[in-house]
Amino acid sequence: MNFLKILIILFLVTSFSELRSGETNDILKNKILKNIRCLICQGQSVYDSESEFASSIKLIVDRKINDGLKEKQIYQFLREKYGDWIVYDPQLNKNTYILWLLPLLLFLLGGAIMRKKLKFKN
Amino acid sequence: MKNRFGLFIIIIFLSFCFVIFYKGLNTSNNYTPKVNEKRNIPTFKAKDFDSNSYINSEKIFEENIFYIVNIWASWCVPCRTEHPLLMQLSKNESIKLIGLNYRDNFNNAKKFIDDFGNPYSRILIDKDGALGIELGAYGVPETFLIDKNKDIIKKFVGPINQEVVNEIKSIIK
Repeated sequence: MNFLKILIILFLVTSFSELRSGETNDILKNKILKNIRCLICQGQSVYDSESEFASSIKLIVDRKINDGLKEKQIYQFLREKYGDWIVYDPQLNKNTYILWLLPLLLFLLGGAIMRKKLKFKN
Repeated sequence: MKNRFGLFIIIIFLSFCFVIFYKGLNTSNNYTPKVNEKRNIPTFKAKDFDSNSYINSEKIFEENIFYIVNIWASWCVPCRTEHPLLMQLSKNESIKLIGLNYRDNFNNAKKFIDDFGNPYSRILIDKDGALGIELGAYGVPETFLIDKNKDIIKKFVGPINQEVVNEIKSIIK
């Protein structure tokens, strides 16, 4: 009888953990899909789009997660196929360094102008 | 004098806006990023259209020749316009055409081939579009040129035209 009880508890625990892992996979999938641009739509993420392209990407992301790939590996896979443009958060590289450095340069320039003006006033 | 200068600035600004919007009308709505086209073909397993059995990509591209992978579907209208050009390319012996039947119904695809001719040496089935994504495709029709090193050297988004055919012919010469 005790053995049966243990079996039932084990069964419940494993099925619950499977449910949990399915749930976390769904959260991860949605997070990734929200960070991927639908390349044939206008201003939509793959998550929001119902296009053929988006539904194929959704399927691929689902498969890659089930294959055990990490979030970064999935972004890297898509970058290799479609370039940096597919992700909303571009990496710092030779094509995007202006994008990353320009705000910083403008900030420093603004700071320098302000400092000069304040010095001039004093 | 000050009013005239202000008017001049406004006219310049409006002309600038006009030129920007006018140019925007003539450009495509979708931004196609430049991707490093030259990359090795991915390894995959796909269902053969005729035999209905699975086949490896190594087996598909085993010969030491150029290959064209063309993504098509019976429901795709631009595919009909490019089909005669694919038929023309298929007559060239130094190239083999592989068709990727994208999200299609088998009977409709078969009818399409029966009606318009079969330019492909092999047709693969891409029921859910996943194979297209592995190749880096946006949709249908799309054409990839693969060289003897099994590298994708060119990608043509949309239906091919005579210009593209001439370009392909000049590359494989």
